[in-house]
Amino acid sequence: MIKHHAYATAVVFAALGASALHAAEEVNVYTYRETKLVAPIFEAFTKDTGVKVNVISASSGLEQRMKAEGANSPADVLLTVDIGRIDEAVQAGVTQPMKSEVIEKVVPAQYRDPDGHWAGISMRARVVYASKDRVKQDAITYEELADPKWKGKICIRSGQHIYNNGLFAAYVAKHGEAKAEEWLHGVKANLAQKPSGGDRETARDVAAGKCDLGIGNTYYWALMMNADPDKKPWAEATKVILPTFEGGGTHVNLSGVLLAKHAPNKANARKLIEWLAGEHAQQVYADANYEYPVRAGITVNPTIAGYGKLNADPMPIAKIVANRKAASTLVDKVGFDN
Amino acid sequence: MTLSRTELTATIIAAATALLVAAPVISIALLALQPEPELWQHLIAYVLPQALRDTAALLIGVGIVTLTVGAGTAWLVSAHDFPGRALMLWLLPLPLAIPTYLAAYVYVDLFEPLGLVHRALATAMSLPGAIGWLPSLRSLPGAIFVIGIVLYPYVYLSARAMFQHRSADFAEAAKILGADRWTTFRRVSLPMARPALAVGLALVSLETLNDIGASEYLGIRTLTVSVFTTWLNRGSLAGAAQLSLFMLAIVAVLIAIERFGRREGSVEFSSENPRLAPRTPLTGVRGWLAFTACVLPALLGFAVPLLYLLRESLRRGLLSMETTVWRDAGHTIALAAIATGAALLLGLVVIVARRWRASRLTNLSVAVARTGYALPGTVLALGLLTPVLFIDNGFSKLAGWLSLASPGLVMIGSGAAVVIAYVIRFLAVPTGFIKAGFEHIPVDYDDSARAAGAPAITTLRVIQLPLLRPALFGAVIVVFVDCLKELPATLLLRPLNVETLATSIYQYASRGSFEEGALAALLIVAASIGPVVWLTRFADVPKGPV
Repeated sequence: MIKHHAYATAVVFAALGASALHAAEEVNVYTYRETKLVAPIFEAFTKDTGVKVNVISASSGLEQRMKAEGANSPADVLLTVDIGRIDEAVQAGVTQPMKSEVIEKVVPAQYRDPDGHWAGISMRARVVYASKDRVKQDAITYEELADPKWKGKICIRSGQHIYNNGLFAAYVAKHGEAKAEEWLHGVKANLAQKPSGGDRETARDVAAGKCDLGIGNTYYWALMMNADPDKKPWAEATKVILPTFEGGGTHVNLSGVLLAKHAPNKANARKLIEWLAGEHAQQVYADANYEYPVRAGITVNPTIAGYGKLNADPMPIAKIVANRKAASTLVDKVGFDN
Repeated sequence: MTLSRTELTATIIAAATALLVAAPVISIALLALQPEPELWQHLIAYVLPQALRDTAALLIGVGIVTLTVGAGTAWLVSAHDFPGRALMLWLLPLPLAIPTYLAAYVYVDLFEPLGLVHRALATAMSLPGAIGWLPSLRSLPGAIFVIGIVLYPYVYLSARAMFQHRSADFAEAAKILGADRWTTFRRVSLPMARPALAVGLALVSLETLNDIGASEYLGIRTLTVSVFTTWLNRGSLAGAAQLSLFMLAIVAVLIAIERFGRREGSVEFSSENPRLAPRTPLTGVRGWLAFTACVLPALLGFAVPLLYLLRESLRRGLLSMETTVWRDAGHTIALAAIATGAALLLGLVVIVARRWRASRLTNLSVAVARTGYALPGTVLALGLLTPVLFIDNGFSKLAGWLSLASPGLVMIGSGAAVVIAYVIRFLAVPTGFIKAGFEHIPVDYDDSARAAGAPAITTLRVIQLPLLRPALFGAVIVVFVDCLKELPATLLLRPLNVETLATSIYQYASRGSFEEGALAALLIVAASIGPVVWLTRFADVPKGPV
């Protein structure tokens, strides 16, 4: 009986592991971007190069797993959807410089690590969903969100969410901690309700009249507009305004790619990374995810292009990342989520 | 006294099980060793007051909801006959199959302004744009409702296992003393079911405490949410580990208080034949009231989310589109089945070892075996990474010495790590259920059997296991369904290219369009219904006096 059980267990595990067994040419990707979203891209890569892609996706902790796996880690490439996670991976010491001339040529210096540990492959902007009926202006600054004229009119998700953490960190990087604290106080005072939900609920709250301005990412709005007839009215009741910092541009966050320190398939990993920066992949990847490509000269998805021309803020990513902790601390200090 | 070989084996397995459960806790404790004085100043000043308040309010609220609904419905179906009772027996546990975060999404989507219900009401009453007269679910009461309505089955199942074995003698004695049904419930059945209720309530509380998806989404800042912000935004894994241990300490204190409180109210059972009390028929209005009281939680916790998921699956044509979902379902069921079997077996051994020979070691094993549930799933998974990969890398080194080809990372590469995580996490369920079940089996039985020369293992097989049946079945349902929907540990520990139904739903949910995962969610429900129906049938005690 016990033998039987052990045998059955072995069979199941063998079956589970079988798909991850070594093929002739393969590359193993750990990704914070959902498997289902990257699957079409990887299929295209396999078709182009003959290299099979094995994937595991998670929402947090992948760099800890790579660290624990150590020299035996199967990870070749790490994909992230946020600059915070890029930083964590580098800090955890699980990456190595890619030393890729292609990346250095294609990806603007602002969106890659000077030491070559990471590079951005696409971007999203943190923007304002404004009520079409109640908001007349078509331009706004991040600073203005603290203006008392918006009292009780702003909706936003938790200030500790990584997207807001990135935006607030950029604010700290721009204006310093003291100014940022004052600003967060002002924004908090303007909130129509306690932060909750996600960016989609934020758009819904604006559409429902709970607030006039919502803060959200560029792609959520596009997804509501194009992918779900039930949610389309939420998008239709709002317009996307690309806010800017005073004297600067719009805050963008990066989807990034990193080369694993102990990558067992290093050549294929580099192949995949460079392929992702290629024209075809940039087009498909950005289009499928409703993101902005990092490579110049690629057509932006029409819905996203409809927001107006993106003038990304020139603040170096490294400087934003360095202020994440400060931003998180300030959010607690002003009781932003309370 | 010397230990017999069986007793010794049981003690050793129990201790080994405790060590397994302790492994991630120890590795979290090691992570926590790095001092973070600045962080704690900040947490104490700005984070903990709010987090403790929110957590306490949520726990108390969810506790009240699940106790009322869970114990109430369990009592109704165990002690009464009423129209639709048979249906209720398998409907009532089913909200267990709905992950809390999914329930939160569904309820917000349906009931908040511009949702289906709101639109339907607005159209029906020609009040377009009317907001405000539907309560916001993104609030403390909303969170208590949503979490409570899907978690009450923990209490229901553990209470039902006890209520079924209501001894006729107690009920008759109460009746002779002039007690009405309500008084009998309050003064006799409830105190007798207290250990079981405590087990169910403990599971609910830990599940609530460790929830991240629903709480964060509904705007409740619990301690678990703080653990994540500390780790991810403040960049302090050590601080997150310290916070987790702090939570573990709170849990330990709560359990100690509960145990202390129970000392006085403990009920001694006689060794008389536990003749079962017959069920009271409820007819007319009373019958329908009982039916309504049972059907309402099942509707809200199960039917509403289920119908919503069905609608979304059909609307999106997911049935024909999703091809990988069947393979995901296979992975999920295989992992859950193996983990359930292992957890049940180890849970039984841990409890039995102490029953046979209480010692400091066996007592400690029981206490430790239940701590896996007290850590947030992601923290447990993080804690498990180090020991699992220590062994995996050890294998690899060994292969190197023997000049064999590297086997790769054996446990994390095969899914064994996921099973281990499930066992550690959910071992609290079988140990709790079986422990409560044993409290109803008089120790005299063991003594008589021993005096008659029966080996302990025979007594277990012939006498105790049959009496434990409702508890065992309850535990199987809870563990299996919990494994089916487990998310955080599965996400971090699964092998390359393996998805479970839960991780598949999450792929969409984290993107803000959880409806795309409706089919996977339906399959979790479908996979749960089978065992629930089958086991509740088995576990039901025949009608009338036995």
